[in-house]
Amino acid sequence: MPTYRSHVLVCGGTGCVAGGSQIVQARMKEELVKKGLDKEVLVVQTGCHGMCELGPIVVVYPEGTFYTRVQPDDVKLIVEEHLYKGRVVEKLLYKPSEKMESVKHYNELPFYAKQHRIALRNCGYINPDNIEEYIARDGYQALAKVLKEMTPDDVINEMKTSGLRGRGGGGFPTGMKWEFCKKSVSDKKYTICNADEGDPGAFMDRSILEGDPHSVLEGMAIGAFAMGADEGYIYCRAEYPLAIKRLKTAIAQAEEYGLLGRNIMGTNFSFEIHIKEGAGAFVCGEETALMASIEGERGMPRPRPPFPANKGLWAKPSNINNVETWANVSPIIINGGAWYASMGTEKSKGTKVFALTGKVKNTGLVEVPMGITIREIIFDLGGGIINDKAFKAAQIGGPSGGCLTEAHLDTPVDYESLTAAGAIMGSGGLVIMDEETCMVDVAKFFLEFTQRESCGKCVPCREGTKQMLLTLERITRGEGTMEDLDKLEELAVMVKESSLCGLGQTAPNPVLTTLRYFRHEYEAHIREKTCPAKACAALIQYIVNPDLCRKCGLCAKNCPVTCISGDRQTPYVIDQSKCIKCGTCLEVCPFKAIRKE
Amino acid sequence: MKITSLEDLRKIKASATDQTSARSEGKTRIIIGLGTCGIAAGARAVMEAVLEELSKRGLKDVSVEGTGCIGMCQQEPLLDVIRPGEPRITYGLVTVQDVPRIVSEHLVNGRIVEDRLIGRAD
Repeated sequence: MPTYRSHVLVCGGTGCVAGGSQIVQARMKEELVKKGLDKEVLVVQTGCHGMCELGPIVVVYPEGTFYTRVQPDDVKLIVEEHLYKGRVVEKLLYKPSEKMESVKHYNELPFYAKQHRIALRNCGYINPDNIEEYIARDGYQALAKVLKEMTPDDVINEMKTSGLRGRGGGGFPTGMKWEFCKKSVSDKKYTICNADEGDPGAFMDRSILEGDPHSVLEGMAIGAFAMGADEGYIYCRAEYPLAIKRLKTAIAQAEEYGLLGRNIMGTNFSFEIHIKEGAGAFVCGEETALMASIEGERGMPRPRPPFPANKGLWAKPSNINNVETWANVSPIIINGGAWYASMGTEKSKGTKVFALTGKVKNTGLVEVPMGITIREIIFDLGGGIINDKAFKAAQIGGPSGGCLTEAHLDTPVDYESLTAAGAIMGSGGLVIMDEETCMVDVAKFFLEFTQRESCGKCVPCREGTKQMLLTLERITRGEGTMEDLDKLEELAVMVKESSLCGLGQTAPNPVLTTLRYFRHEYEAHIREKTCPAKACAALIQYIVNPDLCRKCGLCAKNCPVTCISGDRQTPYVIDQSKCIKCGTCLEVCPFKAIRKE
Repeated sequence: MKITSLEDLRKIKASATDQTSARSEGKTRIIIGLGTCGIAAGARAVMEAVLEELSKRGLKDVSVEGTGCIGMCQQEPLLDVIRPGEPRITYGLVTVQDVPRIVSEHLVNGRIVEDRLIGRAD
């Protein structure tokens, strides 16, 4: 077996693949052959590094040099300069700002400095399609420990000691959930992995499945052993083709190595895992709807109790945990529950993965200890707001969550503090908004989503979200009344309290929190018929300033509805009756003669 | 192959750890000058000899890195050895024939090869 002196890790997460990393990878292999380096340099495809903003990412070991935004044409340079001549390619390093020095090493990036990667421990470091690389990083050691040295009760006690709570958003203590399922007497039990990640802007679960699928399989096998299950399902949405492909490879490899299937590691424990591809309905992330969907029924929730621990999939006791929860299991077994509980806050232990998106400089995936403040996540890890605009709000927990304002920036991230502020931990979506975001528009956006995803089974959710959305649409058109505001609030509370499942119970959260913290914006839309953030199309106008107009005609040329007229002699004018407020003219005007008001 | 015991898992872990050892940190480093000057003086052959010697001896916990020209072109090929916790030792005018000696004397036994030594830096 040849020893490779250098490993070139090319990110193969969905973000980097979209940025062309597969071409980079192929080109890298070609160039290495050309230079005769293919016997000493190994190219490895990994999962997501988290810093999706800077992708495609290439890391060169043993130096650990971190190259960003690598294009196919840069590959030759990396091979000739770095791998052949040993010179770091400066222009591909990350520069946090103009004034700062470029960062050479992975660990020096501010983005990684405050992270503590447990669920993401292998993402970006190993080849997810190679089970041996996972084993090299202590993979399946926890399963071996459980099977050879522990009883199911030991495992459950360890999970309880760890204080791990459901990472899908509910926050229910994992150890307790497992205990309920274990205590259920039945000839058949199931463990299920909820990978139906559907929040706009969330990609935590996808990245774990793509970057380290075995961590989920191992966690599920440990859970199955503890609860007495012999069959498991991973419910993953079909919109995640890469995650499904890698999961299939991982399951096949684990079966080949005797780590899944019959008589695992020579013991009496048998466990097999199936993948169920979902069609992408948001409501199927709700556990009872998810199980109905696996059974081949229409994905609709049912009232609880009975809880899945007693009567779940095919009426058998079942346990459902989220991808991130499962990924945390093995490290807890290896290092002990007390180790995990030493991180985080009193009631929220360990770490949480967040998908950082929106108007933040470093879009990407971060795993931080519980108790870190929102400010640290946005400004230290995220690098602050794009173009250094003012921070306005952060939507945490996706369409089920709520928004937090500047006053909450120092709120510690834990289940209780976030709930107290009107938001929720959620599964980890964190959308950052700047001063140019209209909060009424944001509430409308999230409600449009939940209204569309409502399964229609219960009246409050089906009809309530629709009426709320219609009200919000009226307000953003400038046709709302102050009475609408009271009705909106009343309806929101009603939908929250009387809906059947989590989708309806949390759908009003974005409306309620924006009403609570940004009521003045709603009032401006209603009373003054203006949108303070200048985002609602019906309430803004694009106007050409005749003194600044140099009569170049670019705006008229680019206007998709040809509503701008003028010529070399007369300044251009926008016909407001035809204008669709697309903003193209403002973007193309080289003289900044067009303004929005 | 089916894993049926802890021993099986341990064996796979050991061989897999070797495969990925280039990605781990905190081990002995060999750094070879691969600037134009180094390459002209035969650094590529030295690098290949180092890799061959390491694999012959089964030494896995050594990282082999390249570096650019550091200005001592007349001494190329330059080869540095840094053992964990020890100063950086620089050898000059290294030939392919010197490589097995440097590996066995310095890397394995911790004895500096004096006749090729040109500098040490803490």
